[in-house]
Amino acid sequence: MRRFLFVLIAAWAVCGTVAVAKEAAPMIRDPEIAGRMAHLTQKLRCLVCQGQSVADSGSDFSNDIRREVEKLMEEGKSDQEVIGFLVQRYGDFILFEPPVKSTTAPLWIGPFVLMALGGAVLVIVLAKRAKRPVEELSPEQVAAAERLLNDLEKEGKDS
Amino acid sequence: MIPEIGHFSLILALAMAMVQAVVPLIGAAKGNENWMRMARPVAQGQFLFVATAFACLTYAFITSDFSVLYVAEHSNTELPLQYRVGAVWGGHEGSMLLWVLMLTGWTMAVSVLSRKLADDLIARVIGVLGLVSTGFLFFILLTSNPFIRLMPAALEGRDLNPLLQDPGLVFHPPMLYMGYVGFSVAFAFAIAALLGGRLDAAWARWSRPWTLVAWMFLTMGIAMGSIWAYYELGWGGWWFWDPVENASFMPWLAGTALIHSLAVTEKRGSFKNWTVLLAIIAFSLSLLGTFLVRSGVLTSVHAFATDPTRGVFILILLVIVTGGSMALYAWRAPKVGLGGRFALVSRESFLLANNVLLLVAAATVLLGTLYPLIIDALGMGKISVGPPYFSVVFVPVMTPLVFLMGVGAMARWKEASLPDLAVRLRWAFAVALISAVIVPFLMGEWYPLVSMGLLLSFWVFATIFVGVRRRVRRNQEIGRPGFSGMTRSYVGMQLAHAGVGAFIVGVTLVNGYQVEKDVRMNVGDTTEVAGYTFRFDGVAQTKGPNYTATQGYIQVIKDGADLMVLHPQKRNYNVQTMPMTEAAIDTGLTRDLYASLGEPVSGGAWSVRIYYKPFIDWIWGGCFIMALGGGLAMSDRRYRLASRRKAEKPSGATHAAGALATEGGRA
Repeated sequence: MRRFLFVLIAAWAVCGTVAVAKEAAPMIRDPEIAGRMAHLTQKLRCLVCQGQSVADSGSDFSNDIRREVEKLMEEGKSDQEVIGFLVQRYGDFILFEPPVKSTTAPLWIGPFVLMALGGAVLVIVLAKRAKRPVEELSPEQVAAAERLLNDLEKEGKDS
Repeated sequence: MIPEIGHFSLILALAMAMVQAVVPLIGAAKGNENWMRMARPVAQGQFLFVATAFACLTYAFITSDFSVLYVAEHSNTELPLQYRVGAVWGGHEGSMLLWVLMLTGWTMAVSVLSRKLADDLIARVIGVLGLVSTGFLFFILLTSNPFIRLMPAALEGRDLNPLLQDPGLVFHPPMLYMGYVGFSVAFAFAIAALLGGRLDAAWARWSRPWTLVAWMFLTMGIAMGSIWAYYELGWGGWWFWDPVENASFMPWLAGTALIHSLAVTEKRGSFKNWTVLLAIIAFSLSLLGTFLVRSGVLTSVHAFATDPTRGVFILILLVIVTGGSMALYAWRAPKVGLGGRFALVSRESFLLANNVLLLVAAATVLLGTLYPLIIDALGMGKISVGPPYFSVVFVPVMTPLVFLMGVGAMARWKEASLPDLAVRLRWAFAVALISAVIVPFLMGEWYPLVSMGLLLSFWVFATIFVGVRRRVRRNQEIGRPGFSGMTRSYVGMQLAHAGVGAFIVGVTLVNGYQVEKDVRMNVGDTTEVAGYTFRFDGVAQTKGPNYTATQGYIQVIKDGADLMVLHPQKRNYNVQTMPMTEAAIDTGLTRDLYASLGEPVSGGAWSVRIYYKPFIDWIWGGCFIMALGGGLAMSDRRYRLASRRKAEKPSGATHAAGALATEGGRA
């Protein structure tokens, strides 16, 4: 039955090729809107998925959002206006790039502060170490080291 | 009956874990050899019981024993066998059991492979691992017991989440956990060294291969998870900066810092304190990841607040482990013996810079992962932190890191000369720069970010080339074969670094030149993507073991010749009736072709997504090369030599000890 169905479809496909073979239409007709959407939907969270963007998700939610965004863009809304609309409806949660405001300041400044701090600590530690006097070995330590080296040599010959 | 055996084994394992945690540690503190010698057999016994429990749970899954609640919730009679086995760790309880199985497995490996170690050191290492194991076994038995019975038994199971019904489930979690949990060994070595007050090069030499193996598994585990996400989750994304991913990425970053810092400690005796601290941090981040993933805090802070038992338990464990070891560190970290002196410009300095950058990276991921949770918990709103944020903050940290990688691998220990380095590397830099400017043109269009990414990867390749060539020349000058004297450890390092370069090539090119088409296709319609023509030949119904699917037929044509047929599917699983999209992917060294069925639209047409993804497989190829490098470095002669020497030399002593033990037994 399955095979039969497939043959049927294949036959249909062949006829179809002859009859109406044509360039597939893009889902979003307007190329300018398609480009803007591709960019914008990357930054929107699919609220029903696990950590995926609307652009990456095939869920019903994402399909709805895409339709909504397309409609708004066709109405001539700018990217900012579309984002504003979505934030109003779903909150900041839908934005993968959190807006810069007082509550998110630490999030945006944090990494750069960390990096500056790390750099400063690095420089201080290294400068301090470079100045440290060389630790002289005591005669016993030198003797012990020689003994170890000899042992190693012997073992090297053994093996 | 079998589940009860599993349950009982788990309780016995807990009893043994407690013995393992207490007796050897006290023995080591008091110098009681008999107590110390308990460590190995108890650890092996514990592994045996955990493995038995795990086998019992697996048996319950294979036989579809739906009188076990966990099995009824995560399996189904229609589920194919390999997924019934994978389903063992497909839910919370089972994945915790896998966690403990890995932990005891690592402990077992330590107990078998560390014959050379001093008794007190091994007693402490195994004792610390026993402490961790005790905590997790308590956690499983008290809050997440997989053996709880369901009375009356269910007639049919609720089935495994269709998202998880994939070979990825069979390989990815065990691999990831091997790595994750493997850092416990480095952690245990660090704590043992602090307790024993012996923090020397020998200690670094012992922890290094263990850390490398763990790192290798973690690298592969993360890469496999990424591949899985690529073909299963969405539309060709390979990393989502999802908190669950970040949970495994943070220990990876800290672990990468650790393997570099261990190199300094082993070779030069420096950074001892720092290395110990990193070992503690790496394992703490593993635990933190477990907490994030397992407590439910990610799904919703509020859901966590209403049923906090599990979360609070892991949180307490986390606080005890991290807090306890930090306190121990503050108390016992050596104040003297800073190791060999080194100049401002030296390999040591470069490696320290590497550590700082990797830790800043880890802290950044931590901030981005925890911040939304904190904000939410404080009632200050709900925000998402996703890919756009991480690319803004991550690139500035990673760029200097990759740049220094080329310089550091070339610099001498102790003291390097900056002008000398500059002379040696100027050709590498020139070559990298010129190719980075030209190659984007060859790819079709020039973007600054692509050029920048390529500059970094070509820089990596060029510096490796210069480094290896220099060694070969020096060998030839003294009349030896060019590649002699290159240890596995050295080759492993260069290989791992080359892996980073390949990874960057993949990321850069796929971000720069990926082509996406979202089209409405009637039967016979064609669309052209990056030189390939895709013709839609319709759909047919097909049946899998536990799903029905609509399968599309997409003919790929290149230069007028038929290349292949792609079969993307839309599946509907019988039990959970959740529609799943299975993309069809043709994998290639320089490009992937990716087709995915969308929704049926009017008149027999379908919405179809087609991607051309150049060099995407280099991303995972790079990761596997990195892992291979780690594996090579781990198998370096000096680690094997050390263990063989031990095995040969004191065999007499072992016999004597054995004889003593038997005599003691008789007495």
